[in-house]
Amino acid sequence: MKVNIKSSKQAIIKAAKGLWKAFPMILGTILLVSLISTLISKSFYTTVFSKNLFLDPIIGSLVGSISAGNPITSYIFGGELLTQGVSLLAVTAFLVSWVTVGLIQLPAESAILGKKFALLRNITAFILAIIVAIITILILGVF
Amino acid sequence: MNIKNKLKQISGSWYFLIIILLIYLLLFIFRQDLFSSSLNFFYNILLKIIPVFILVFVLMSLTNYFITPKFVIKHLGEKGIKKWFFIIVGGILSTGPIYMWYPLLADLRDRGLSYGLIACFLYNRAIKIPLLPIALFYFGWKYILILCFVMIVISVIQGMSINKLMEVKNKENENNENRKFSNFHF
Repeated sequence: MKVNIKSSKQAIIKAAKGLWKAFPMILGTILLVSLISTLISKSFYTTVFSKNLFLDPIIGSLVGSISAGNPITSYIFGGELLTQGVSLLAVTAFLVSWVTVGLIQLPAESAILGKKFALLRNITAFILAIIVAIITILILGVF
Repeated sequence: MNIKNKLKQISGSWYFLIIILLIYLLLFIFRQDLFSSSLNFFYNILLKIIPVFILVFVLMSLTNYFITPKFVIKHLGEKGIKKWFFIIVGGILSTGPIYMWYPLLADLRDRGLSYGLIACFLYNRAIKIPLLPIALFYFGWKYILILCFVMIVISVIQGMSINKLMEVKNKENENNENRKFSNFHF
């Protein structure tokens, strides 16, 4: 395979320009995520769940949506919530929305991928987190 | 050029960063404990994402080189389950924070990738193969297997819904792309 030097140079310059354009938004998002993660303590999560089968998945999806960080944190939080007596339905909605909804990343997503798309994607992801939780628990048969 | 014109040239994303930096400045003045723990958190994330940032840069360069509008039309522009399969696997295999992928996805969108497929890709990023051991430790293989399966199915449903909801906008883009691609000699 022959590599076209001119094309590869252009490809690299274009990639660098694309990343530079997103740089302030990425840096700002990481700073915001760090602040939110420091502000929201682990005990906050165990106090908001009321053990209500209808409300809990909605609360789970809401809390997961406003949370940010590595999914590994959500697994640890989720596991701890389960031991605290929070339903698996709520924990599933929490886990799914944690990784599929990005309220903190919304400004970055809007700026780079478009406002309409970002809003639609996040709203549908929020609703779908509840649906995923219900279907998963139904299949698992452990309501 | 006066200050007003100079300010107009600064994009919104820079204002966003300036606002966040101002919040940190306020924290430094009034809540040094919160400032240092947030900064420590920031430093840890930054250390983790620098390799991802390099990977994204390499992938973006490779994409710019290899993924031409012709390639996108061939693999993702046609109808069928093949393109969905391609995007699901891509989403699952992608690493790093979600916002690191926005520039690449925006680039692919400009090359003809539909919004539905972008949404499907982003949804499947929720399935993290390297993190499966800890997920299995907390929730068990049966639960994780079912959850992953349900999420993959739902990702396609979300993608299709986004395509429908964005239809009007997509049609406009399609016309623009057609006009753009008509200049290419395949």
